[in-house]
Amino acid sequence: MTGNTNAGAPRTLYDKIFDAHVVDRQEDGTCILYIDRHLVHEVTSPQAFEGLRMAGRKVHSPERTIAVPDHNVPTTADRVNGIENPEGRIQVAELDKNAREFGLNYYPMSDVRQGIVHIVGPEQGWTLPGMTVVCGDSHTATHGAFGALAHGIGTSEVEHVLATQTLIQKKSKNMKVEITGKLRPGVTAKDITLAVIGKTGTAGGTGYVIEYCGEAIRDLSMEGRMTVCNMAIEGGARAGLIAPDEKTYEYCMGRPHAPKGAAWEAAVNWWKTLFTDEGAHWDKVITIRGEDIAPVVTWGTSPEDVVAITDKVPAPEDFEGGKVEAARRSLDYMGLKPGTPLNEVKIDAVFIGSCTNGRIEDLRAAAGILKGKHLADGVRGMVVPGSGLVRLQAEEEGLDKIFTDAGFEWRLAGCSMCLGMNPDQLAPGERCAATSNRNFEGRMGRGGRTHLMSPVMAAAAGIAGHLTDVREVIAETV
Amino acid sequence: MDKFTTLTGIAAPMPLVNIDTDMIIPKQFLKTIHRSGLGKNLFDEMRFNPDGSEIADFVLNQPAYRDSQIIVAGDNFGCGSSREHAPWALLDFGIRCVISTSFADIFYNNCFKNGILPIVMPKEVVDVLMEDAGKGANARVTVDLENQTVTTSDGQSFAFEVDPFRKHCLLNGLDDIGLTMEKAPVIASYETQMAQSRPWV
Repeated sequence: MTGNTNAGAPRTLYDKIFDAHVVDRQEDGTCILYIDRHLVHEVTSPQAFEGLRMAGRKVHSPERTIAVPDHNVPTTADRVNGIENPEGRIQVAELDKNAREFGLNYYPMSDVRQGIVHIVGPEQGWTLPGMTVVCGDSHTATHGAFGALAHGIGTSEVEHVLATQTLIQKKSKNMKVEITGKLRPGVTAKDITLAVIGKTGTAGGTGYVIEYCGEAIRDLSMEGRMTVCNMAIEGGARAGLIAPDEKTYEYCMGRPHAPKGAAWEAAVNWWKTLFTDEGAHWDKVITIRGEDIAPVVTWGTSPEDVVAITDKVPAPEDFEGGKVEAARRSLDYMGLKPGTPLNEVKIDAVFIGSCTNGRIEDLRAAAGILKGKHLADGVRGMVVPGSGLVRLQAEEEGLDKIFTDAGFEWRLAGCSMCLGMNPDQLAPGERCAATSNRNFEGRMGRGGRTHLMSPVMAAAAGIAGHLTDVREVIAETV
Repeated sequence: MDKFTTLTGIAAPMPLVNIDTDMIIPKQFLKTIHRSGLGKNLFDEMRFNPDGSEIADFVLNQPAYRDSQIIVAGDNFGCGSSREHAPWALLDFGIRCVISTSFADIFYNNCFKNGILPIVMPKEVVDVLMEDAGKGANARVTVDLENQTVTTSDGQSFAFEVDPFRKHCLLNGLDDIGLTMEKAPVIASYETQMAQSRPWV
């Protein structure tokens, strides 16, 4: 029943948001969908602006377009002197030129509000429930935490949205991912989202929009929900959503670009209709008990390579089909032997940051583990706040001091090591406990080895010098 | 965008599953502000040693496959980032068609915007095509978009599905921004109605 919605029939949250944005629908189900917010960064936009210029087109709605440089931006204090890498410098300069020429809402590198686009959008109140949000970046799924339909697009589509404020779309299928009950201590939003990908695989969500629901999801803060939705794309889903509730309204209220006064009241009234109706059709349902989720880490080079920290490194023969060869290649790349307990895997670096885990609660959680402790000998650590405002908040709370006392570098906001388009990279063979979202080959630097995990797990690994079960660290401190 | 009608060419077998966009075009090449010129860095870290020399056993470095126009790939090709640099790099190298059991969603969309045809086939068919591709330069595969068929070097033909609107755009090399702009009045009327129903947006 996807693609075609009968009036009055029970609908999912995704159905409702999609329907509210259909500008035009062809007979074959191809729709023109209205886009409420378009986020733009420097890497995937220059060719789109060039295309506009060549065709003599304008930006249709500059007031709904928000631009911020993040991928190339250095995170060291000397960035006030400009970007050393000439290509990165040109890309950021292009964004600067395009944002000013077309009159976009713009947060330049020197602005205290600058940061990772998916952290800045919600922080500034651009992202609101029931909106359509797109960006030339796959982690746009993050904004689904507000009950917004948010997904990544390619540069051609960026140009399409710039020119028309719409996107050509076909309806995806509906998937429900329910996390029931309560999480155990030491288990976080990151563990939920990795556990789901571990269960569905990186292609399990292809063709679907996921709605995350259940008590464990409701119990999460807005920031935790953003972490969960951020990685919907790693499971292959077009988008991930969570129905808005009081926590959502409370988070949005008073933010610079959130509605005020009567407009706020009207907005909340509409937002209250944004939930999945009883009896709505699901094309696929996944249920996981919150109690069954352990702190997890990845062992390989795909986000689906998820195991509990108490497990061992698997063998290629544990898999089937094409995954056998892929696992062999991953183990070789990662320098791991099958059967090794995960908590014996030594690390060289810790990275805390990214659009997945670079928000204030992530930093508080990591600092909670690190307080009064120090990185193990030979381990380097880097904390990169997701935005300039997150950084300021952390400094007000004294978190920067906890990190630097523990031996971490305290950096300025940006994507940093998560994709190593800037100077922050792993050396070949260097092994990192990372709070980011992708463990692909070469992602954090050629030959670099990434283990994905939560901020508390990354902090605990930093102290121990090897991957470790954060629950043991918590038990010691209690 | 170049039209895609029929294509007869060498198919390179890449059976690895989950070939991600970081493998197709690593991050250091995303700093360009142009669409062209990325072919030399396609599959860079699989294709070249850190000193720039070729890795001899990588498929596109083998003499038989240097002029491939088609890739037959393992499951979930193009997973990962939204970077359109991935199809730009493929196109610039000369790849016009990728065949797999499944593709990541954003990559799949991006292909159509650049005149590349991604074809989803069942595993049994991909297995046959993978084996055929293994024959090297003597085996040429024909892809016919109008009739929606892929034909192997020994004449086995397989039908595939493609979205009619996307097929139309690809066959005619149409720019969909132009098509959407023809609907400007409908977009304007949506915006008028939205100013009433969701004025806070």
